[in-house]
Amino acid sequence: MTGLRIIVTEDDFDLGAEAARLEAGPDTGAVVTFTGRVRDVGGGLQQMQIEHYPGMTERALTDIAKQAATRWSLSGVTVIHRFGHLAPGARIMMVGTASRHRAAAFEAASFLMDYLKSRAPFWKKEVTANGSTWVASRDEDEAALDRWN
Amino acid sequence: MTVQVLYFAWLRERIGLGREDVTTDAATVADLIVELRAREDRYDLAFSDMTAVRCAVDQTLVDLDAPLDGVREVAFFPPMTGG
Repeated sequence: MTGLRIIVTEDDFDLGAEAARLEAGPDTGAVVTFTGRVRDVGGGLQQMQIEHYPGMTERALTDIAKQAATRWSLSGVTVIHRFGHLAPGARIMMVGTASRHRAAAFEAASFLMDYLKSRAPFWKKEVTANGSTWVASRDEDEAALDRWN
Repeated sequence: MTVQVLYFAWLRERIGLGREDVTTDAATVADLIVELRAREDRYDLAFSDMTAVRCAVDQTLVDLDAPLDGVREVAFFPPMTGG
């Protein structure tokens, strides 16, 4: 039985506390966490605005987490994704997986990220002094899903 | 029937609103888009490149030929960029 923890929030989260929560199971031998942050590639990024689809977002993330729990033997799955206005360097999201062995934890975390990138209803907009631009989806992200089918 | 139609990201910006109730006889999502495009230029522009538009009915991703019978909520948005 996998413990699913799905959070969609404007607030920052405590990465250490989330990792500790995943470590709690007595037969948990491996915990993998991935954190995504707001990066300023070209310089001049003032803010990243993240829009989402309330209701569908929670459903999509829960569905993705359940799929991971079906495919791998996991004691815990955590998916946290923020929305709203985020500064450069801010944490955007995390996935965490806990399992008896590392292979399942790594693979499940990778699966969660690949699906979350192009199947969870979030949209990013970068705001600079010169205006704002919606972040385009990448063909590589869509193609990444193929390896799980 | 009346469905609630939601728009996100640049579709919301181009159309100028986030949600509206639409009374329609459209049988599919694609038919609904044809009706919306005929309304005004801002709708026509928003749906001009359908390779850049994704759709969900009742919060589940669907293809454009999905039926609208019994559907309460239809959402249009660009490809998702989570993570």
